[in-house]
Amino acid sequence: MASTMPVLAGDTPTLTLDNLLESPRGRDLQSCIQCGICAGTCPYGDAMDFPPRRIIGMLRAGMIEEVLTSDSLLHCVTCYACMAKCPRGLRLTEVLLPLVKEQVFARLPAVPAELQKALTNTLRYGNPMGESARKRAAWAASAAPPVRVLAADPRPVDVLWFVECYTAYHPRGQDNCRATAKVFQALGVDFAILGSEEKCAGECARLAGETGLFETLADYNLKTFGKYSFDRIVTSGAHAYDAFRHEYPALGLERPVEHTTPFFAGRLEQLKPLLTRKLGYTVTYHDSCALGRHNGMYEEPRNLLKAIPGVKLVEMVHNRINAICCGGGGGGMWLDTFFKAKGLERLADRRVKEAVATGADVLAVSCPYEVSRFEDSVKVLGYEKQMVVRDVVELLAEAMEGSGTP
Amino acid sequence: MNILVLLKMVPDIVEELEIGSDGTSLDLDAVRPIVSERDDHALEQALLLKERCGGSVTVLAIESRDVDEVLFTALAKGCDRALKVSGAGAALTSAKAAALLARTLPGIPNLMPVDLVLTGCQAIDDLDGVVAPSLAERLHLPYLGIVTAVDVPAGALKATVLKEFAAGVRGQYGVCLPAVLGVQAAEKPPRYVPVAKVRAAMKARTIEEVPAGAMDEASLLSVAAMTKPEAVGRAEMLEGDPEAVAAKVVEILSARGLV
Repeated sequence: MASTMPVLAGDTPTLTLDNLLESPRGRDLQSCIQCGICAGTCPYGDAMDFPPRRIIGMLRAGMIEEVLTSDSLLHCVTCYACMAKCPRGLRLTEVLLPLVKEQVFARLPAVPAELQKALTNTLRYGNPMGESARKRAAWAASAAPPVRVLAADPRPVDVLWFVECYTAYHPRGQDNCRATAKVFQALGVDFAILGSEEKCAGECARLAGETGLFETLADYNLKTFGKYSFDRIVTSGAHAYDAFRHEYPALGLERPVEHTTPFFAGRLEQLKPLLTRKLGYTVTYHDSCALGRHNGMYEEPRNLLKAIPGVKLVEMVHNRINAICCGGGGGGMWLDTFFKAKGLERLADRRVKEAVATGADVLAVSCPYEVSRFEDSVKVLGYEKQMVVRDVVELLAEAMEGSGTP
Repeated sequence: MNILVLLKMVPDIVEELEIGSDGTSLDLDAVRPIVSERDDHALEQALLLKERCGGSVTVLAIESRDVDEVLFTALAKGCDRALKVSGAGAALTSAKAAALLARTLPGIPNLMPVDLVLTGCQAIDDLDGVVAPSLAERLHLPYLGIVTAVDVPAGALKATVLKEFAAGVRGQYGVCLPAVLGVQAAEKPPRYVPVAKVRAAMKARTIEEVPAGAMDEASLLSVAAMTKPEAVGRAEMLEGDPEAVAAKVVEILSARGLV
């Protein structure tokens, strides 16, 4: 078995805090007008000693050490709200915050236990849950149609479906897997998966400040991609999509990348005749931060939902660019205990309360973190009888039942 | 305070264990080795002691698959020296490993004597916890096991050691140095080391290879057979919707006087 830590790519990060202000993107920080919109829009801004505005101010004043020894940035769930709303267009979540967070992470006296476990597991097993790497495609045994695994059948394929961790292992993620396989087949898409050769794309490790882990995973995944012939990647992971679109190209990825939701939205005309079953749901859609604010895909999931017979789409107070993060990004997935110890509200709870207030009975999502996070909140808040959480693709597959497709 | 930490690799039971074709050993190709959890705690305890008392920490492991990564990780965490015993042959029993270590340690340049030898009090393939006490016996050093905290007050020739007993009872011991301690759990969970630091250690640090001492022990034990647990079918599976299952659980528990 290959070592998990080849001494390869990424030993020389191009941008560091030390050289940040000399770089073109870093020089942009000099144009910050200290308006504080970033701090105000940050879902945990009120809990940070140093919200983004102050971090920029302190950085410019040379007060780096104070920033780096504070745990402020552990509260950053990389929801891209500050970046989306910055009137100067500063690339906060893309550039500044990860660089600062990497240094904060390296200086932490102790990494919060759940986050440490998730990172250790991701390095060793390729998934944060610590599940067997060999069982990454175990869900496929219960999928109809059969799913091709490239290691067993390495013929060239159109779509390399990068399933991602929570989709592959979480029981509700596996529902999404089976639904996705069904929709792919109904559309006649030629697809295959990497199975146990797939490892986490690493985006949340990167944004938690564990850059070396991200580089190790990216290095591994790129080598694995290189073994097979495919035309494009379609991934179920919103964060994996983010990584493949924005980070992997600089490391050598040259294939087009799509997320399942916009991929299916792009084939809406082909899909519509297949959506024959009337569902009778009132649905509210939660914009994932990665798809929505970071990549501007607000309408694609909504177009899919509107095409499903018997779906009434209603909006939460905060939607599209204003959507409230589920709290799972940037390592937040494994910081619930850390936040709770500080007396902070779980962001997923805040979001589910908004969803329930719409009167919807289905909360639709498109990021694999959200099903588990929102289902936990629905249970904890006692809304189990009022609301269920479903991936958009699950709803598509359900609307195809009885339509003559297998 | 110079501390020697002994690390070893054990099968990672995240994957199913398979019996080898000889019927008396594990199929080691079917599992991936991982550092023994309690050895990892011994390492953490050593690093905590170094932070409190100064001195050095040396890690040593007998050569095995993937052990380099573990030794480099230990260096990245703050160990001063990493040693790998080579030429020991495959699949040593715990008693043989202890004998091998006892023969090898004295010949390693600039190592012995150390003030403390720390290792796990048990491992999943050494539930009797044989390695540390056997090694202590052969080195003529005192041994304490099931240790959960260690302190060495400044200038003291004794270590203060917390040892755990059943029912939450703990005993505090003074033990003359040098000594061998079998660690159950460090005072804090083992620390995280960023991957970048491990990579830096792989580039900048080295693992010293030391030859295994001569082995002339005849083993008095041998494995007769190894089998997987057999399913006997005595479990009762409760089926039905959650309400029906819950009612059945309540019925069973109350029938046995448990609720």
